[in-house]
Amino acid sequence: MPDLTPDIGAFVSIEKNELQCIFDALKKDGYTLAGPTVSNNASTPGEGAIVYDEIETVEDLPIGWTDVQGPGSYQLQRRNDNAYFGYVVGPQSWKKFLFPPQATLMTVRRENGSFVVESQAEDAPRYALIGVRGCELHALLIQDHVFLNGPYIDTHYKARREQTFVLAVNCTEPGGTCFCTSMGTGPKVGPGFDLALTELDDIFIVEIGSEVGRMVMRSVKWRPSGAFELQTKRTALAEATKSMGRTLETSDLPNLLYQNLDHPFWREVGERCLSCANCTMVCPTCFCSDILEVSELGGAASERVRVWDSCFSMNYSHVHGGNIRPRTKSRYRQWLTHKFASWIDQFGESGCVGCGRCITWCPVGIDVTESIDAIREEV
Amino acid sequence: MLNTITAPTTPLFDTPPMFAHPARVTAIKDEAYATATYEIEFEDDDLKQHYAFRAGQFNMVYLPNIGEVPISLSSDPAKTGVMGHTIRYAGNVTRAISRLRVGDTVGIRGPYGTAWPLERIHGNDVCIVTGGIGLAPLRPVIYHIINNRSDYGRVYLLYGARTPIDMLYTEQFEDWEAHGIEIHQTVDRADESWKGHVGVVPMMFYHLRLNPKKTTVLTCGPEIMIHFVIFEALARRIPKEQIYVSMERNMKCGIGLCGHCQFGPTFVCKEGPVFAYAAIEPFFGVEDF
Repeated sequence: MPDLTPDIGAFVSIEKNELQCIFDALKKDGYTLAGPTVSNNASTPGEGAIVYDEIETVEDLPIGWTDVQGPGSYQLQRRNDNAYFGYVVGPQSWKKFLFPPQATLMTVRRENGSFVVESQAEDAPRYALIGVRGCELHALLIQDHVFLNGPYIDTHYKARREQTFVLAVNCTEPGGTCFCTSMGTGPKVGPGFDLALTELDDIFIVEIGSEVGRMVMRSVKWRPSGAFELQTKRTALAEATKSMGRTLETSDLPNLLYQNLDHPFWREVGERCLSCANCTMVCPTCFCSDILEVSELGGAASERVRVWDSCFSMNYSHVHGGNIRPRTKSRYRQWLTHKFASWIDQFGESGCVGCGRCITWCPVGIDVTESIDAIREEV
Repeated sequence: MLNTITAPTTPLFDTPPMFAHPARVTAIKDEAYATATYEIEFEDDDLKQHYAFRAGQFNMVYLPNIGEVPISLSSDPAKTGVMGHTIRYAGNVTRAISRLRVGDTVGIRGPYGTAWPLERIHGNDVCIVTGGIGLAPLRPVIYHIINNRSDYGRVYLLYGARTPIDMLYTEQFEDWEAHGIEIHQTVDRADESWKGHVGVVPMMFYHLRLNPKKTTVLTCGPEIMIHFVIFEALARRIPKEQIYVSMERNMKCGIGLCGHCQFGPTFVCKEGPVFAYAAIEPFFGVEDF
């Protein structure tokens, strides 16, 4: 009997409607599908976004939709075709599934004058992430390095991450705030996926990235990709590489920032920045969290709840007697130097993947690429 | 990374890293105004036996229904089975701690962070410079030096406080002096009982004749104090590699995951709290950093 599964590293082609077979196979394997979908307020003009949520079928995908993005602006629009993945990235990132905005880490119950700590007996959900872009896959790997490299590891994240399936998508139409080419994270997806799609006019090219991905393809009708299809894919990716909405000069960034901690730019940007924390909430790599003590009314039990926090928040740097960063300019400086300089010292790589979310979702349109340029110019 | 004093401790607990372990308050001793030392022992015998810390490290101290704070260990590291925490009542959690009584239970996880370089500085003179509650994370150093007195040369303690009632451990000073610790005290504001120096602690350097080649400075206190301690130490030609600083930042997890304690490229909970000054020099003193 011939082997019906393509090899790891192989490129195969599938009809577009076969994507549902991939979904079905993943669901049969016990995965919960998490993917892009149009938010339900999309019918109101000027409202709506492509969000990541649990999905069931390909019908839930934002087929025929796109998003037009610029500093402080995001508009959903109809496309004039029925592309499945014809949008860029929305306000959400995959971290909401692996590092949820709110998670109970443990429950503490008072007993006999002492207490017992119970782990939240969570059956970690098994997510198949559908439509992960190159920049986003890179962001997942960056968060892996934050949470899993020790000496202490985030067991909560680990449980979810270990059983995550990644169905990636190559980007062929970057958006107005994208600069993944500058950060070296896209538009082509790098290693770390199980399957990677490239959407052409009437087919998907599927690259097999792992044994798990290979097994999923057993349930799908595929054929080896033709030379012309592969050439079309290469051309599309090469075009995408050149059509980024933004660029960022990354050479010697850590030194540039460390040597300009007193640059007048910080004061200028501090006057525009609202300290609203949007950039950190939409950022796919930002990992800061706070821990809340949520007490039962009677006090017999309480939960330790981890919530996303931001270096822009009021209490983030509070120590007795005051706040280390009481002013917006110092908080913005902390964020930017962390992303582009100290992250490299901490984890050996940049904390920015060039997805452009922080530019799009900044209410006043502060643009990281312009920030870096402003500091660079004066040198 | 930047700091090479000591690698972070390997996790002691076999449970998820954020789990607090029940521990009993076995003694409470008032130390100074709104400050007391709590002796705490794990309820679990195995933990109690195996727990060990090094001078300069901290624990996360947890109160059910209230919250959790990082507190440095202030007891003798050679004394196993008991953890000492000197706590000033400043915030939500520490005020709740002020209501604890002997026999009450708290949660403990740790020890975390880097330690003072006590083995590396054998044979050196040691100049401990600190203010107020900053003496707490340095008391284990003094215990260690007394226990191993011949490993060290001259040992100075320059200690300042706002007022005389803010001074910690004063009843131990006689004993420390008997073990060859030269103590120089000062206060910002004297009262009628005070017969000693008045002024800020960095000025106490002027009372010493230090040998810069073989003197190590260990300092902990408000950042503005540390700033001037470093200034005075460098002015005496003490190399920046021989100055060690314990930093304070907001901490929620203590294990390098929550992000709060970042200080430039470092996580104070992992690469600190004790740093060689040479490692953090570019960032120390940057306003609001």
